[in-house]
Amino acid sequence: MKGFIKKIEQINFGLMSPEDIRAMSVVTVETPDTYEDDGFPIDKGLMDPRLGVIDPSLVCRTCGFRGGDCQGHFGSIELARPVIHIGFGDVIHKILRSTCNECGRILLNDEQIEYFTEKINEAMDSRESLNAILKEVYRVAKRELKQMPEDPDEEIDMKYCCPHCGAPQEAILLDKPVTIRQGDYKLTASEVRERLEKITDEDSFVLGVNPEVARPEWLVLTVLPVPPVTVRPSITLDTGERSEDDLTHKLVDILRINQRLLENMEAGAPQLIVEDLWELLQYHVTTYFDNEASGVPPARHRSGRPLKTLTQRLKGKEGRFRSNLSGKRVNFSARTVISPDPNISINEVGVPEMIAKEVTVPVYVNEWNIEEMKQCIKNGPDVHPGANYVIRNDGRKIRVRNEETIELILEQLEPGFIVERHLKDGDMVLFNRQPSLHRMSMMAHEVRVLPYKTFRLNLCVCPPYNADFDGDEMNMHVFQTDESRAEAKSLMRVQEHILSPRFGGPIIGAIHDHISGAYLLTRDGVEFTEEQALQIIRKSHLELPIFKGGQWVLKTNHDLKPDMEVPHDIEESYIYKEKGEKWTGKELFSLLLPNDLNLSYKAEISKCPVVYPIEDETVVIKNGILVQGVIDESAYGSFSGKILDKIVKEYGPGRAKEFLDRSTDLAICGIMKTGITTSLNDEEIPEEAQDRINEHLEKKMAEVDKLVESYEEGYLQALPGRSLEETLEMKIMQVLGEARDMSGSIAENYLTMGKQSDDDPYDHVMAVENHSVVMARTGARASMLNLTQITACVGQQAVRGGRIERGYLNRTLPHFKKGELGAKAKGFVHSSYKSGLDPIEFFFHAMGGREGLVDTAIRTAQSGYMQRRLVNALQDLQVKPSGLVTDNQGNVIQTMFGEDGVDPAKSDFGKPADLNKLIDEIRMEGK
Amino acid sequence: MDDIEAKVIETITQLNDEENLDIDFPESYIEDLSKAYVKNDLTDDELTQLIRKLKMAYDRAHVEAGEAVGTVAAQSVGEPGTQMTMRTFHYAGVTELNVTLGLPRLIEIVDARKEIATPTMDIYFDEERRDDEEFVRTLANQIGKSTVNDIISDFNLNYGTMEVEAVLDSKKIEEKRLDREEINAAIEKAFKKADIKGDRIIVPSSKSDKSDSKFEIRELRLLADKVRDLQISGIKGIGKVIIRRDEEWIIHTEGSNLKEILDMDGIDHVRTTTNNIHEIGEVLGIEAARQSIINEAQNTLSEQGLSVDVRHIMLVADIMTSEGTVKSIGRHGISGEKSSVLARAAFEETGKHLLHASIRGEVDDLTGIIENIIIGQPIPLGTGSVGVKMDYKNE
Repeated sequence: MKGFIKKIEQINFGLMSPEDIRAMSVVTVETPDTYEDDGFPIDKGLMDPRLGVIDPSLVCRTCGFRGGDCQGHFGSIELARPVIHIGFGDVIHKILRSTCNECGRILLNDEQIEYFTEKINEAMDSRESLNAILKEVYRVAKRELKQMPEDPDEEIDMKYCCPHCGAPQEAILLDKPVTIRQGDYKLTASEVRERLEKITDEDSFVLGVNPEVARPEWLVLTVLPVPPVTVRPSITLDTGERSEDDLTHKLVDILRINQRLLENMEAGAPQLIVEDLWELLQYHVTTYFDNEASGVPPARHRSGRPLKTLTQRLKGKEGRFRSNLSGKRVNFSARTVISPDPNISINEVGVPEMIAKEVTVPVYVNEWNIEEMKQCIKNGPDVHPGANYVIRNDGRKIRVRNEETIELILEQLEPGFIVERHLKDGDMVLFNRQPSLHRMSMMAHEVRVLPYKTFRLNLCVCPPYNADFDGDEMNMHVFQTDESRAEAKSLMRVQEHILSPRFGGPIIGAIHDHISGAYLLTRDGVEFTEEQALQIIRKSHLELPIFKGGQWVLKTNHDLKPDMEVPHDIEESYIYKEKGEKWTGKELFSLLLPNDLNLSYKAEISKCPVVYPIEDETVVIKNGILVQGVIDESAYGSFSGKILDKIVKEYGPGRAKEFLDRSTDLAICGIMKTGITTSLNDEEIPEEAQDRINEHLEKKMAEVDKLVESYEEGYLQALPGRSLEETLEMKIMQVLGEARDMSGSIAENYLTMGKQSDDDPYDHVMAVENHSVVMARTGARASMLNLTQITACVGQQAVRGGRIERGYLNRTLPHFKKGELGAKAKGFVHSSYKSGLDPIEFFFHAMGGREGLVDTAIRTAQSGYMQRRLVNALQDLQVKPSGLVTDNQGNVIQTMFGEDGVDPAKSDFGKPADLNKLIDEIRMEGK
Repeated sequence: MDDIEAKVIETITQLNDEENLDIDFPESYIEDLSKAYVKNDLTDDELTQLIRKLKMAYDRAHVEAGEAVGTVAAQSVGEPGTQMTMRTFHYAGVTELNVTLGLPRLIEIVDARKEIATPTMDIYFDEERRDDEEFVRTLANQIGKSTVNDIISDFNLNYGTMEVEAVLDSKKIEEKRLDREEINAAIEKAFKKADIKGDRIIVPSSKSDKSDSKFEIRELRLLADKVRDLQISGIKGIGKVIIRRDEEWIIHTEGSNLKEILDMDGIDHVRTTTNNIHEIGEVLGIEAARQSIINEAQNTLSEQGLSVDVRHIMLVADIMTSEGTVKSIGRHGISGEKSSVLARAAFEETGKHLLHASIRGEVDDLTGIIENIIIGQPIPLGTGSVGVKMDYKNE
């Protein structure tokens, strides 16, 4: 036990009074310098050892601790003249404007004071923002007389006078950043302070300065706190030169001017000089607090770089809040390039041995694991399942270094020690890829320690991480407590995230070769010899079928829904194979399915105009046997897999993980038997087709010319609400769109997966000849659009949503006549990627491509910011045990989440259950 | 349908009474059940079983207490943003109208912008009028903006007399179903010196007496533009209108003015809508604004082929409207009004929030997520929102 953990209940904010600052100060800094020539800090200088020390060899003169243990102590600077705090310039202005220039009372009558006091109290009790009330106060209390009357006896309207003493109120103005003016008279900071001092506590409360923690006059500084050296450490460069922190530089400036101001004042220098120095002091103090204040030229380092002062340290993305407090650098983490490994499970991650030896898991030694731990220590830090550190019972941490230490530790080792052992197979780690846009960007994986230097991951988890292997890097974090490990194991494991909470469907699933592989395997007519089949089964880690009574009996392991009893007709879901009989791919795939799975849906290839054989487009699974249809993207692809979806929802994530692991294995084994290849030949079409396409394109070009002509002749009819030019553009775009689509569909007629065998009309086997088309049609990768662009015609290039307009005066390129409106002149690409683009087309294509890139770059920034705002606004919401959705203040946002209390992650595409599925189930059971 | 729904409800109450199942389905489930009942021709027994199964599924799918629904909703709405297009495309089917879509529109919605880039309205008509073409066309011309330019056959600048001459086209006026009297009144109101003689309108340049001929021609040309652009009919805020017929007559407009459109006769008040959320909030109230946020966000997302569960969008809409006005997501709205100083400082405008907190003596009671992360404590959400209490006297 590490003792009690204190909990911070609340944080109170307040302002420091000059007395507070002096009381806190351990030294009054006076010398505008840091170190003597001999390297010792100057007494009463900015590096005075009473302010704390950084060097571990020195002792702090205030607390007596060495550097590292001493947290530092504040000093102070007595300012020769008061200066205004830059952050409060506008507040001071508003306060002065709302108080009487003569008596200092707030310019509200007693009734109003009471009203606002009550309102502010109310808002403070309910932790609401005071902004709106204070804005109202400042508005009501403003009594500005535009021009003071020349005749002092002239009657002045009471609405311009103080309700308490009756003095007329001259306008108080703020010249940004900190100069305050009454009419034409410039108020000095001292005068401002005097006025603020006059304000009563009651009035200041109404003005938004809570007298419990702050006084208005404290907004004008008379004494400046000097932060400890630990806040502004100086760094020693390689050359032995000392380089000071920006804050120290700024403090030196302040001290220097302060000193000069003091000397001049004591010497009785002319008012003008004193005022100049005072203004300079104000400038330095201002930039010390905020070096980006508007209206103030930023103070610069000798090199010309603006100094990073207090506000800059806190502000923005690299500031203290966002960079060091909301997120922190951590130990026990690793980052490297990722690469694919289809042989590990989806919930595993391959960890390079080098990393496994560096990041460790703390293990409490007990009598059951002491031998194992001893072995780890014996292996030392350099042999894989070893250990790096041992923490003894007394809390001392010993490094496992060499033979000697190992022996020493082994002697001492007893239950209660903590051994920081290497990562080994089966450990839980967190795995993450940035940008972490949703919760599936960070999942818990099991470790597989592997050779080489990349993280290995299963391809099915690429979609949730949005990862590919073109050089992507990912991060890994190792849990250091049992509590975190247990929590991650039940909430963050990969299989728990197969269903996306965004739409209630699977986000983890088969991709690319898994899909084309499964298609090639389960097509009608694909058969394997017994030997081949058993080889595939073995290779894809499926359970071997039993051999009984001279035949193979498949699916006898009674894989059923959780908590289901084995039905009497279970044998209907068995598959029997005579010895020597051929096995179909569908039978092999059936091995993966639970015995009581029933499902029917349209396969992805049903979107194809011609499906051969036609039965393949309707998938029917009966009693866990794939009776009909092919397996493609709609079966188990990510985002759309129907079988996968049903298995996760009805058989649980564990079974789904198993299904995915095995089915992808099977698909890969299948693809290794059937083979898959692609080349430019796949995009080859016969000459006659090319002729048809050319003919068609010519026809469409003529159509465009006719449109242009009709526009030029003036008989083109404008569409309602459009100008003639817009109408022409729209019509041309439409014709050109048709041109591309038609040429595409001509090419599509020739781009088929393969041919039905001509010789044997009874043979069901379709010879697969075109794997490009297979990939496009099954949804594995690419689309028919991509293929037809390669084969037939690339089509219109667009910039800003229309045809290409820009470039030269009235034309896109000097190759065209001015004002030419034809297809070619505005970026229509007749060529196909295969035939190659001519230079003009290539240029237009590059224009379109560039726009796409720019668009993506802008979009990521915009959507990132939108997401940050959304998360920030919604992060405090949670479901209470009562079902209410509340924020952290207890305000009810929804009485029931989503009006029905259903968690989308547990729903079936947004519904608690698909009624049709339930009805099918009921009827099936009823039979 | 009603009697079937009644039957479903009856079956449910029966189940509740007999088996103490405590079924409490939302209304939409009853509707779905009724539809399934009719579609699949269920027997009473099957219906009972279906309800029982649905109840089981419903219980299983319930959100767990402590779930960080806010963060999940924010991620679910934000994550598809990276996959959206930036371009504004044409409104589904109506090529004549440009409507902001994709990511810019989504940002517009969560920002709760007062001035949206492309306000539009869809105006539907009540049952009697939805097939009355003449009525729809007349109304469209009343709604849509017409200028003098739309109804003239001839337009001339007379540099000799320094006058603008316009000749009205009766045919065009007829086509637009405008009233001659009103046109004249509008012109007279705008140009006091205008001389209207039948179809012929003559507007003299106002400063013809002060002769500085250099500027005189310019003046005249400016006047000509003014005359041409003078609006003679239409509702404020509405520009172009497009009349379409799908199954019935619908008017799409560029620009929007819900209040005045709803005041017109023959309008279907239920289906007529605008895409301006603030306007809906003002005219129809906060609940309508909430629904409008949901609809607009859902349409924007699904138009891009991205599916996001409505519940997430509902939560976004609910937090935006939970205090009675439409508040934006961001520093001027929800994030800027959080009670915690640290949460606000960590989001945006760090300095401002810290300085204000110090003079006002604000107290941060550390109930939110980001505050606890900042000070290094477990967050009060999910597994962090529960604790274990042990009575250790009772071993």
